[in-house]
Amino acid sequence: MIPLETFRVALRALLRNKMRSFLTVLGIIIGVGAVIAMVAIGEGAKAQVEASFASMGSNLLIVLPGSTQSSGARGGFGTMPTLTWDDLAAIRREAPAVRYAAVQLRSNAQLMSDDQNWATSVSGTSPEYFLIRSWKAARGRSLLDSDVDASAKVVVLGQTVVDKLYGAVDPIGQTVRIKNIPFEIVGVMEKKGQSPMGQDYDDCAFVPQSTFQSKIQGGLQKFISGTIFIGATSTDSTARAETQVTDLLRDRHHLDSAADDDFSIRNLTEMANAQADGMRTLTTLLASIAGVSLLVGGIGIMNIMLVSVTERTREIGVRMAVGATPLNILLQFLVEALTLAVAGGLVGVALGIFTAGRLAAKFGWPTLVRPDIVLISVCFSGLVGVVFGLYPARKASQLDPIDALRYE
Amino acid sequence: MPLIELDQVSKVYRMGDVEVHALREVSLTVEERDFVAVMGSSGSGKSTLMNIIGCLDRPTGGAYRLDGAEVSRLDRRQLAGVRNKTLGFVFQSFNLLSRTSALENVELPLLYGGVPARERHRRASEALGRVGLADRVHHRSNEMSGGQQQRVAVARALVTRPRLILADEPTGNLDSRTTVEIMVLFQELATAGITILLVTHEPDVAAYASRVLVMRDGRVRTDERQRARRAVDDLAATAPPDEEPPKGPPDDEPRKAPPADEPRKASA
Repeated sequence: MIPLETFRVALRALLRNKMRSFLTVLGIIIGVGAVIAMVAIGEGAKAQVEASFASMGSNLLIVLPGSTQSSGARGGFGTMPTLTWDDLAAIRREAPAVRYAAVQLRSNAQLMSDDQNWATSVSGTSPEYFLIRSWKAARGRSLLDSDVDASAKVVVLGQTVVDKLYGAVDPIGQTVRIKNIPFEIVGVMEKKGQSPMGQDYDDCAFVPQSTFQSKIQGGLQKFISGTIFIGATSTDSTARAETQVTDLLRDRHHLDSAADDDFSIRNLTEMANAQADGMRTLTTLLASIAGVSLLVGGIGIMNIMLVSVTERTREIGVRMAVGATPLNILLQFLVEALTLAVAGGLVGVALGIFTAGRLAAKFGWPTLVRPDIVLISVCFSGLVGVVFGLYPARKASQLDPIDALRYE
Repeated sequence: MPLIELDQVSKVYRMGDVEVHALREVSLTVEERDFVAVMGSSGSGKSTLMNIIGCLDRPTGGAYRLDGAEVSRLDRRQLAGVRNKTLGFVFQSFNLLSRTSALENVELPLLYGGVPARERHRRASEALGRVGLADRVHHRSNEMSGGQQQRVAVARALVTRPRLILADEPTGNLDSRTTVEIMVLFQELATAGITILLVTHEPDVAAYASRVLVMRDGRVRTDERQRARRAVDDLAATAPPDEEPPKGPPDDEPRKAPPADEPRKASA
């Protein structure tokens, strides 16, 4: 018998029992739908994490100064300034894997426009900082080297600060008072969104590092009272840059081999990879749980096919009497199972995509439907159909025609 | 050359420790175009004989040649081929596929015979026309009366142009008028050259055959030729229950003659 005919015979048999066919595939529909939706959620979360790390800066290392220690209580990294301006110059000069290095001196301060005020994080930095974080001005300009050299009283604002202080008014050229000192707004940075930890990148203001030291913070001149941001030459060289900077700083700080570092380096690329790994684990976990339901769906198909074989024993007998070979019967039931499973798989894909879309809309979860996962799910459900259809189909094909015809 | 040649065919079943001899060295030849009725009480071995001749079962001893070819050693796939090409079956309980049109039921053997769709369609329609159901082609089996269903089954049996039609109690579920209608069909087929083997326990039905075998305890007891009763004559003698009375019978007879009054109705 021609394959197409086998398919038509199977399809007709399935349509004769529409309700049962539907209930049979329900398991597969839910299974595939769950796989698609779960993977879409997992992949969406992973993509979001990757994007937020990318917005922090690519190939980024952050060097934090050492910790204070007073009567045994240690203050944690960044509490004691151990990094000097000379260290920064040395890093720029002597670490070949480092492309950019910039300081971020940071302080919280109250910003005042003519009629509003807002507390935010004010950073003193240099133009390289924006290169490391690949951050451009949306309006006006970013900081310039000339601003740093002249200790200019200029400020660049994040979008959130602009919203809070000026609303819809164009802030460029306006004067904002930071700690009561007037600064000219020269630019507004592009929107960056949230950090992986949910912090708003756009709630910030940047002034030249020299201005920051003289007007906002005061005090320390030799030491850097903040962190050093480092951009490595490439993603692959972040680990190398980390080693070079560590060696250089240990050498410059005269630490012997037994002593702990008096600074610490955060490798953002590695953190991003670790986070992405975590998300991948989550995705795999969700997909496995959903996969189990797909398996249960397959068992459902086998169950119903077995019932179907018993119920249609007479039909099988008649088909055999008029000349169906065991192979014809085997194929008929196998194709029935396969058709059910694949049809269920396709409906499940639709359901999964729909569910992912609804979740995205309702909870604001990022979702990402991957075409390869869709394809794999449909193929897998087909495989489930064949595997679980084989046993009932074999049972049908090995019936004795006489017994089958006499079956009540 | 005889169409059916059984040479000392035996069939032994094992039921636990007991051996049941369903057939004991039956030798039988049936010539082509013959119309043979096989009678016997239940357990006499007539169904086993039927199944072996119909290639649904294999003998445990002896030889069976169908149309000159030894078939008792064929495997399941080859037997299916023989059933498809050479044989046609009619069963007591019609055995049509439910919720399936008459046409599709009749097409079924052609489907397994690998006949292309267009020809399948043409031949199935033709076979349905031959059994008088040209206007019921698209009716589903469950929408038809018992007599109509059995006629569909006959059409299904003859659509492959078989050499032999095996009918197992084909009238067992039919009233006496439809019984005669079906027997008319069988006699027509026999005249057209198809050999018919009919299992029945009703002597009235066996009367339409030209040869009657009576079986008992797995053996053929009697094997007699007879002058077959003509089914068309019987059909003409009875008025169809809800159609125009045929020309011939006197007008004063009741239009709806109850079939139970007929003299042939001997057993239930």
